[in-house]
Amino acid sequence: MLAAQHTTSHNIIYDLSNEFGADSFVIQNTADHTPTLWLQADQLHAVLRFLKPDYPMLYDLFGIDERLREHRQEQPASDFTVVYHLLSLQQRAEVRLKLATREDRAEVPTITNVYPNANWYERETWDMFGIKFTGHPNLYRILLPPTWEGHALRKDHPARATEMEPFSLNETKQAAEQEALRFRPEEWGMQKSKDGTEYMFLNLGPNHPSVHGVFRIALQLDGEVVVDAVPDIGYHHRGAEKMGERQSWPSYMPYTDRIDYLGGVMNNLPYCLSVEQLAGIEVPDRAKVIRIMLAELFRISSHLVFYGTFVQDLGQMSPVFYMFADRERLFGIIEAITGGRMHPAWFRIGGVAQDLPNGWDKMVREFIDAMPARLDHYEKMAMQNSIIKRRACGIGQYTSQEALDWGVTGPNLRATGVDWDLRKQRPYAGYDQFDFEVPVAQNGDCFDRAVVRIAEIRQSLRIVRQCLENMPEGPYKSDHKLTSPPPKEDTLHDIETLIHHFLHTSWGPVIPAGEACVPIEATKGLNSYHLVSDGGTTSYRTRIRTPSFPHLQQIPLISRGLLIPDLIAIIASIDFVMADVDR
Amino acid sequence: MSETMTIIFAISVMLAAVGGAAVLTWFERRLLGIWQDRYGPNRLGPGGILQVVADMLKLLTKHDWVPPFADRWVFIFAPTAIVVAMLLGFAVVPFGPGLHIIDVNIGLLFFIGMTSLAVYSVLLGGLASNNKYALLGGLRSAAQMVSYEVFMGLSLMGVVMLSGSFSMQDIVESQRDGWYCVSQSLGLFVFTIAAIAESHRLPFDLPEAEHELTAGFHTEYSGMKFAMFMLGEYLGLILISCMITTLFFGGWLAPFGATWLPPIVWFSLKTFIIICFFVLLRAAIPRPRYDQLMSLGWKVMLPLTLVNLVVTGAVALWMQGA
Repeated sequence: MLAAQHTTSHNIIYDLSNEFGADSFVIQNTADHTPTLWLQADQLHAVLRFLKPDYPMLYDLFGIDERLREHRQEQPASDFTVVYHLLSLQQRAEVRLKLATREDRAEVPTITNVYPNANWYERETWDMFGIKFTGHPNLYRILLPPTWEGHALRKDHPARATEMEPFSLNETKQAAEQEALRFRPEEWGMQKSKDGTEYMFLNLGPNHPSVHGVFRIALQLDGEVVVDAVPDIGYHHRGAEKMGERQSWPSYMPYTDRIDYLGGVMNNLPYCLSVEQLAGIEVPDRAKVIRIMLAELFRISSHLVFYGTFVQDLGQMSPVFYMFADRERLFGIIEAITGGRMHPAWFRIGGVAQDLPNGWDKMVREFIDAMPARLDHYEKMAMQNSIIKRRACGIGQYTSQEALDWGVTGPNLRATGVDWDLRKQRPYAGYDQFDFEVPVAQNGDCFDRAVVRIAEIRQSLRIVRQCLENMPEGPYKSDHKLTSPPPKEDTLHDIETLIHHFLHTSWGPVIPAGEACVPIEATKGLNSYHLVSDGGTTSYRTRIRTPSFPHLQQIPLISRGLLIPDLIAIIASIDFVMADVDR
Repeated sequence: MSETMTIIFAISVMLAAVGGAAVLTWFERRLLGIWQDRYGPNRLGPGGILQVVADMLKLLTKHDWVPPFADRWVFIFAPTAIVVAMLLGFAVVPFGPGLHIIDVNIGLLFFIGMTSLAVYSVLLGGLASNNKYALLGGLRSAAQMVSYEVFMGLSLMGVVMLSGSFSMQDIVESQRDGWYCVSQSLGLFVFTIAAIAESHRLPFDLPEAEHELTAGFHTEYSGMKFAMFMLGEYLGLILISCMITTLFFGGWLAPFGATWLPPIVWFSLKTFIIICFFVLLRAAIPRPRYDQLMSLGWKVMLPLTLVNLVVTGAVALWMQGA
């Protein structure tokens, strides 16, 4: 896999050098071998336009505050760096572009005219780093409230309340905060009336039964017809990226669980893979298979929740209870193996926390034997129901091209007919050893998004069965010295391991300086942790790329002109988790 | 019946109906629970039936609140309207031979009139709340209930043609030769659907539509006023089940000549089965979209009703001629 990526990486660097001249880039070596190029701001648009045919998706865009970073060999001077991460589906490759800015003039041109989904990413980067994107249509704060002072991910911004002055709220401040909450349609880009029709504005959320968390959509309505819908996010923001700069490498694991809180250990996986890439740890086979089995069980669990809530939001009352009962059975297995249920935080750097308990195979077998018949039953009950079909078919449709433009990944992308699953296209963590299919649908509407997910449950069951039947023997954790914590059994025999164990648990392992980002096919789409290590016991910058964030950005496009119930169907079919959006 | 007896009977029917509606809140949750692989309220009393008492205590002791932005008197009037209208509807129900509060020669029209009044409750509740979700719910209910009203009435005209009377007791008596659920199966089908739409229960609960409008027309209601809406809904459910029994399933007539059970027991049993059917229907069917519901009403149900009317009329004329 790495070899293949090496060739494409050389190709893209070669192509870019041919087009723009070899000395217009600085090439940075990263631990994940993704071609990473520093360029000048005035070249940005030309380079992006050159790359866009091959790299149609803006996978991620974020900032790095470089001011305190010590290990910056071979990198141009920069205070705040903007990173553009592009993805090529056809070449199964990524390319990373970096722009350096100075603290006193943190400004870069917007790329919303090349990649439309840059809109929210640029707003987030402005919000968190104070980097200005010139030409951006609406550069407002997106995650933090409009009254927030400072930019939270800057290194000089406090990370915890104890580093700040005690909180106080006097009357003027309270009045200002309340005034900031006032809804003015013009500020949201909406008109109050048109051609004598006065529009109604409906505030859907942040607390509403169907927005799946704390999510707000401001609706401009003509009767019940949605004229415009503007999503408002940030209500679930907990500063997970900032916490990454404070926690030691292994102690950040439980925070990852809570990003996509329906994905459980699926969230641990990209974090572990990135850290292991930085540290150069090879994971033993048994650990790989255990990880895949747990991750796929959680994919089933997440898709079951989707299935139940999707039909529930279309007004069918009963299925959600059957699916939650199945999920409960699944949690029984997860609990027996990991001790936790929704957030087991069970993967470790270099392996997993424990070996599988006795009798795990019987539990797993019972579950995967029973599930297919149940899925058939649910199919008849929900998906073949003609009312469900009428509510979901042809609603919230988008094409493959639109999906790529808006950074849509995972089942939502495959519902438009794009046969692209990272587990198949660029197998990570040992998926190349498994035999499964990638379900694809054609129409890209609400119904097809559900169809793809339901078919994925069956494929995941297939993968779990292969794990069950071919579970290798061997250690469940690597013996690499940066494995954290090191195998406890060895500490009683080996002084070196004892010292490592003590240091890792009290202080944390020192991960070599570098950058790595290993995307995975998570429950809802591509998920990755871009980790910057400055050779310390904590991450210097933790960037979490989540699938739900770009998915929400697309809601206005696919809901205009539909009715409120259709909007609810769209929201349900997207399958997002607000913690996954806001982080 | 003497005048005193009638008054006593009327009061007992009212108490039974209200009590039945209260028990139904528990019964529905239990039945749904069992249907959905869970328990439902099963802790208080035998089988959890005392849950009804607990719920009543809770609702009674809640703060009786009217939102400051609401239209106060309309807001208070709205939930009472549905309860009063539904209770009045019970006046014409024949529970047994000669066992009724009143048997007027326009009994069926009286019933239709009373259920029509219920729309005001939902509509006014939605408008008086001065809340956008409630407004949308109120608007939906106005359109939905007014359109389904049309063929709810028409679907019953087949029964009237065959029995030759609007009096409920006469309609029951005329079914001695065969229940109308056979000859009027189309009418039964249309009436059942229209009745669900009228009582705005789950497949057709668009005025409420929890997933879209949070709670629709009663978003701003709480405490006893909320309880009145629920009471009205359950009373409506019982009333409509009573009507289906009376009009299509032979009312208090015993099936297969099984007269060893008194007529009122047969009546209750039939009504109970129909209530169970409505509860299970709620568990099974998803909610269509608002415009789909309307086009179903006008494009499918209305033509069906008219066909039923014409065919029944032709057959009735032919039989008279013969």
